[in-house]
Amino acid sequence: MEGYENEMRLMFQAKSCNEALARMAVAAFMTPMNPTLEELADVKTAVSEAVTNAIIHGYGEEGGTVEVWCARVGREVLFHIKDTGTGIADIETAMEPMYTTKPEFERSGMGFSFMEAFTDELIVESAPGEGTLVKMKKIIG
Amino acid sequence: MQAAEYEVRGDVLLIRLKADLDHHTSVRVRESADALLGRSGAKHILFDFSAVDFMDSSGIGVIMGRYRQVIFKGGRVGVTGVKAGVERIFKLSGLYKIIERYESEKEAFLRPATEYYAGR
Repeated sequence: MEGYENEMRLMFQAKSCNEALARMAVAAFMTPMNPTLEELADVKTAVSEAVTNAIIHGYGEEGGTVEVWCARVGREVLFHIKDTGTGIADIETAMEPMYTTKPEFERSGMGFSFMEAFTDELIVESAPGEGTLVKMKKIIG
Repeated sequence: MQAAEYEVRGDVLLIRLKADLDHHTSVRVRESADALLGRSGAKHILFDFSAVDFMDSSGIGVIMGRYRQVIFKGGRVGVTGVKAGVERIFKLSGLYKIIERYESEKEAFLRPATEYYAGR
């Protein structure tokens, strides 16, 4: 808890209706940092992608809890999305553009590419059966 | 909240999105659009994005999915009313290689298919 000017932790059911909730919560958290519209859109998109992955892939839409943690450190906003679901066996392959394990769900396979494009740092920690933690950072201004 | 309003005009299925096009909305749009495509026999799809401020890769997925549905019958997919934030995602995804962007609904309906194909 030390070193952060502000911090937030949000936990919600892994339901798709909460994707908008997560985007709005992080956007609201960032507002005092005076982000540009583009910076706001970048972070909202990255959050949306990670939360959607947790719901669809982490929990296979079987239910669970998604956790969104945010912190402000100077001009940086840190945001982590965590699930305690399936976990990823091969992170490198999972992050390849267009790669998806659920084409029948009309998944474009672009989630990680978008997260990477819109953030200044992206770290994925995951292992089969141990859930997934997606750690991102965005420098504002 | 309703995901979209639907209208069949001639051989075009008009999908007027009313919410952010994320995974939650995309699932609903997929269900409704496919049911209407089946029932109405519409050949083309036009997405109206004028009420949409946000789209993520799930939106790309549902548009591509509808494209795959209509392409078999020689149908096309178009979008109109795209705002700056959504435009960024379209450009990044490369979707404009296979779908057409119109400045207005009127333009979409005025431009006949033959002219469209000639332009490709």
